[in-house]
Amino acid sequence: MTLLEVCNLSVAYFARSGESCPALAGVNFQVGPGEILGVLGESGSGKSTLAAALLRLLPSNGIIEQGCVLFEGKNLLEAAPEGLRKIRGGRIGLILQEPSSSLHPTMRIDQQVADIVAAHKSLDRRAITERTNQLLASVFAVDAERIGRSYPHELSGGQRQRVLIAQAVACGPSLVVADEPTASLDPTTQLEILQLFRKLRQTLRLAMIFITHNPALLAGFADRVLVLYAGRVAEIGPTPQMLSSPRHPYTEALLRCLPAHLDSDHGARKSRLNVISGDPPDLALHAKGCQFEPRCGARMEVCKANEPMAATVSELHEVSCLKFAG
Amino acid sequence: MEPLLKVENLVKRYAAGRSRASGHKFAALDGVSLSIAPQTTLALMGESGSGKSTLALCIACLERPTSGSISFEGIDVAALEETQLRVMRPQIQLVFQDPASSLNPRWSALDLVREPLFVQRRFRQPEREHKALELLDRVALPRKLAGRRADELSGGQKQRVAIARALALEPKLMLLDEALSALDCSVQAQISNLLVDLQSSLGLTYLFITHDFAMAAHLADQIAVMERGRIVESGPAEKILCAPSHDATRALLASTPRFTETPSVLVNA
Amino acid sequence: MRYLLRRTLHAVFLLFGVSLLTFLFSALTPGNYFDEMRLNPQIAPETVAALRAQYQLDRPLPVRYLHWLNAVAHGELGFSFAYNGPVGPLLWVRARNTLLLTMAATLIAWLLALPLGIWSAARFGRTLDRVLSWTTATLLVVPDLVLALGLLIVAVRTGWFPTGGMVSVGFEGLSSLQKFQDLAMHMVLPVFALALAALPTLVRHVRASVAEVLDAPFLRAARSHGIPDRKLLFGYALRAAANPLISLFGFSLGALLSGSLLVEVVMSWPGLGPLLLEAILARDLYVVIGGVLLSMIFLVGGNLFADVLLYWADPRIRIAASAK
Repeated sequence: MTLLEVCNLSVAYFARSGESCPALAGVNFQVGPGEILGVLGESGSGKSTLAAALLRLLPSNGIIEQGCVLFEGKNLLEAAPEGLRKIRGGRIGLILQEPSSSLHPTMRIDQQVADIVAAHKSLDRRAITERTNQLLASVFAVDAERIGRSYPHELSGGQRQRVLIAQAVACGPSLVVADEPTASLDPTTQLEILQLFRKLRQTLRLAMIFITHNPALLAGFADRVLVLYAGRVAEIGPTPQMLSSPRHPYTEALLRCLPAHLDSDHGARKSRLNVISGDPPDLALHAKGCQFEPRCGARMEVCKANEPMAATVSELHEVSCLKFAG
Repeated sequence: MEPLLKVENLVKRYAAGRSRASGHKFAALDGVSLSIAPQTTLALMGESGSGKSTLALCIACLERPTSGSISFEGIDVAALEETQLRVMRPQIQLVFQDPASSLNPRWSALDLVREPLFVQRRFRQPEREHKALELLDRVALPRKLAGRRADELSGGQKQRVAIARALALEPKLMLLDEALSALDCSVQAQISNLLVDLQSSLGLTYLFITHDFAMAAHLADQIAVMERGRIVESGPAEKILCAPSHDATRALLASTPRFTETPSVLVNA
Repeated sequence: MRYLLRRTLHAVFLLFGVSLLTFLFSALTPGNYFDEMRLNPQIAPETVAALRAQYQLDRPLPVRYLHWLNAVAHGELGFSFAYNGPVGPLLWVRARNTLLLTMAATLIAWLLALPLGIWSAARFGRTLDRVLSWTTATLLVVPDLVLALGLLIVAVRTGWFPTGGMVSVGFEGLSSLQKFQDLAMHMVLPVFALALAALPTLVRHVRASVAEVLDAPFLRAARSHGIPDRKLLFGYALRAAANPLISLFGFSLGALLSGSLLVEVVMSWPGLGPLLLEAILARDLYVVIGGVLLSMIFLVGGNLFADVLLYWADPRIRIAASAK
């Protein structure tokens, strides 16, 4: 029983001149209840577009060209405005990028959380306040009350991030989409946030789509990993497999770029790291064939003209690469 | 060998109001001492608020320390007047974390790299352009991007421009304040390689501020760990990585995400 | 609290400074009220000298200033040569008339500017917004004087509105309701002129502030949490856009006494403007100083009020202020 099913989602951005730039093309994946799906993508891969598109929060020049987003059976792309509003925050929580500016600068924290509860549940004032306090207490181990009375600029980056998390889970959603929630935090705070997510997953049976560009974060955290490249799903599979033996040339190349493990031999210090040659493609050029082909070490003749389809390489593991086709 | 940079007992206090927690004077740096040998890399690590950026700003002479000395090639730059400082500034250059906000988005890459030459009145007009293009070549930015505005470049390209700009005045010491943190993994690898190449070809010395232990392990000869305005541990990179002795170091190491296994803290959560 | 006290003290010092400067400039300008009299051969020079001595115009400047300050401290604003009476009551009556106009105009301007600006910002870049922008730009460029004159022409041609003045002849004999109607009819044109003059700036500022906020990440985040649209606009967007608008409101308040001079003169409205103009031309020293001081009190008071409002509305200012 899937919680979220995305089929063939395609999104493009249109410039005033009428030119279009495809940001996502034919994206397919599913998320089960209580599952953490890690979406791994670099800049330009379309990961933020994906997060926004799921709830139709694209900017005015972004159009969803085709596809469907089935959440608990309903297609979100066809939902009426009021129905969509109820789902946003109510059934699906969203943590967008830029935590430092995602909070209203002149409203108190408890008010910003209470407004969300009020928007989805018809409770009286006292019940809302109680629920708000509960939420803040669940993300802040100490000092929850003082933080509730503070303003965003009085909090540190980590504290603001926790507030965003409290906002996302305020109404007990079954899915949270988090777009780089730990990007601007240092390692210990990052770890605390990941722990918090794990705790929430256990207590609330929360499913998550965790978007990041750092593969190391997903180890031991995500159940499955989806790799996004140039707006297309390159590979999707269980985390241990994906991180130890990836099959798509891009995933392989990406993981090889990382500096040596901390525990391994240090004779390799200041050696050249592996890089992926070339630059990410300019999607506005609408190139044919595999988008990774120009940079791929394993490219074949057919890759220039043919777009790869998803092929199953083992259980739950799919790769979109012509090496595995047919 | 004489260290290129020697910081001794540096203290920097900020007046009330800057501290977000309390209202009294806040010591961002509380007696910091370190030294960097020429043509080596020192990684400065620590949590946010530990004072790493303040230290960089003081060394770059963008902030005046409250007390202590900063000896660069034997000269105490903390005690210099502004006019004397102007002569020293080209030797110590900064590269910041976020190229989007450290580069003027409306200027072209070429203009950005030319500017330091103009400000310090080096070369003449036509030579400056030539020199700037040379610098862009050195950081492997394709010539066709030289005329592009900064906001039209990707993160990695912007950071290359920032590095080229820092190289314009032929510095001896480069302060890299989380210069790789905002970049994608594959781009981090490219810029890391660039930095290593530049160090060996130009004889640069780096103070590399980061909280990424993996990158520090890869790039640094020495590591210093800061906590609350002090250096709590420092030494050769291998020693710090294999046998950390301070809690702050251990905490940082433990929270660095790794591949082969789940960080133990997460497992026990 | 300390912040507010400091601002008030600052305001008081400002007023002192202004009074001194005004006094200096007025007293130092060549000529005085009695110069015309001196030219008149029918009046003996001794009489002129005596009059001058009576009004202490032959005393040194600092003495006169201190005398005047002393008088102000007692609530006396000096003596008007032209009207041959104390300045105080003269000013109050005229100021009251001016306030009647400007308060009505400011209220109307703001009541129109807010919805127009918000509406425009919500449709940024689209046709209606462009039309409004163009209209406000045109209005901005047209001087108040031309607006007022234009309206006067309309009044003359159509006869719908009285062509100037505050009340009609025989005002005293009218019933209360008729009095009210008469006053209102006289007010329409000048208020309209003033409101039209103030509107473009306000609309553009509201539009700019709200548009900037509508694009902000926190608004997008609030939308993603399912906050309903109306609450987003008024509870979130407007609230964040409030800062520059509050400052602007302070300016509006501040200009209540000083912004209407031209319109009053053109429309023969017996307000502070025409009085000041006459007084300057006639070298009626104390009326000029009194009038300027009164206007300054409003200006400084308006800004102070805006400061207080800002302090209350924006927690960031509160923190920054208390930290200093």
